[in-house]
Amino acid sequence: MLWTKKDLLGLEYLTQGEIELILETAASFKEVSTREIKKVPALRGKTAVNLFYEPSTRTRVSFEVAAKRLSADVINIATETSSVRKGETLIDTGKNIQALKADIIIMRHNCSGAANMLARALDISVVNAGDGWHEHPTQALLDIFTLKEKLGKIKGLNVAIVGDIAHSRVARSNIWGLTKLGANVTLCAPKMLLPVEIEKTGVKISSNIDEALRNADAVNVLRMQFERDEGAAFPEQLDYYQRFGITEERLAKAKKDIIVMHPGPINRGVEMSSEVADGSNSVILEQVTNGIAVRMAVLFLVAQARETKT
Amino acid sequence: MKEKAKILDKEAIARSIMRIAHEIIEKNKGTDELCLVGIRNRGVYIAKRLAECIKKIEVKDIATGALDITLYRDDLALASGQPLVRKTEIDFDINDRNLVLVDDVLYTGRTIRAALDALIDFGRPKSIQLAVLVDRGHRELPIRADFVGKNIPTSKKETVEVHLEESDGIDEVLIAEKE
Repeated sequence: MLWTKKDLLGLEYLTQGEIELILETAASFKEVSTREIKKVPALRGKTAVNLFYEPSTRTRVSFEVAAKRLSADVINIATETSSVRKGETLIDTGKNIQALKADIIIMRHNCSGAANMLARALDISVVNAGDGWHEHPTQALLDIFTLKEKLGKIKGLNVAIVGDIAHSRVARSNIWGLTKLGANVTLCAPKMLLPVEIEKTGVKISSNIDEALRNADAVNVLRMQFERDEGAAFPEQLDYYQRFGITEERLAKAKKDIIVMHPGPINRGVEMSSEVADGSNSVILEQVTNGIAVRMAVLFLVAQARETKT
Repeated sequence: MKEKAKILDKEAIARSIMRIAHEIIEKNKGTDELCLVGIRNRGVYIAKRLAECIKKIEVKDIATGALDITLYRDDLALASGQPLVRKTEIDFDINDRNLVLVDDVLYTGRTIRAALDALIDFGRPKSIQLAVLVDRGHRELPIRADFVGKNIPTSKKETVEVHLEESDGIDEVLIAEKE
């Protein structure tokens, strides 16, 4: 299996083999972060630019840590203080970064498809760190990596994804990745938070949380994105917690070793109780650790692909 | 690839490894502070066999690790295909130990250069020694082996293939001519 893509835009565009290559490479990179000297020279002399059009701390920091552990130089551009405010277009910003001879742009953008557009316009690598409601591939990859590490495989697993599916790029990337690797995915959400025709992706739908959890090997709990609330689209927080919140009582009815994941940041008492978030089924902090290994693998692979292209 | 000649067979490989085990013990005056690190993939198998031989002789377990040097290669930036990154597993402290680095074939010396860089990131061994099953010459860097199974003079047009039970199902060392 050879990696040939200069960009990582979404899991929709990857084959099963490519996803598995990223996971395998990440497994090798995980060891680097356990060393006393947490650094390898693989991307020495490369420049990675974090271009974030949306506020993000954990993803940006995770990418920055990953790039630095590979010895790449990292530049952070906060768009609020850049020429974006003066009206520069996304493509112009990208071309300027390319003209600086940077090698990789890691971009977060509020418009779905922004990363795809930028990748087409540039010769350098573009890694999608989340675009609108479209995809957040590295989050899904680290979720899948964590699952595989815990349960040894993905094929045949029953995975429930609970929460605001409609507005969630994490959910979309997870659906693509998990179904490509042969997992059975069940979505559970209030009807108004489910995208139309989502069942066409081959997932099951449930509006009852206990039913969704019953046979699940893992549950991925999405964040309720109240900051995106544009009026009446969202249920009341308390009402949501009562109907869909993951609590110890609900977990008691599920498989004993069910794995509880959350992409963070957690709204305690909204998506899940504090006891569950800090409990023995939770792998939430391991996800953060694994995120570094997965992002190191992605940066390494896209940088290599660029080199074999020319 | 054509005209493969068998340079070493199963018995010859076993004898070479046993001899190197004796030499390692002799040079280090025993096995205190000794550890072995094999370079992926086949160096790891040879390191494990060396550890078994040393155990037979000295009745002591020798810490043995695996090193992947992909991330330290000096040709990573060149358009030379895409290397697979494999796991490094050194779950012991290498500080102040006599470390024997183990590989199957010593050729240009660039792999060993990368391995030395990688090891230094893990700590500061008292000494690093090099054991190889085959030394085929043509060094491009000032590197030499302390323990050699067999010196095989080759031309650069030839390739040396080491096959081991663990990875290839058979123990043999072949020499072949590139077409």
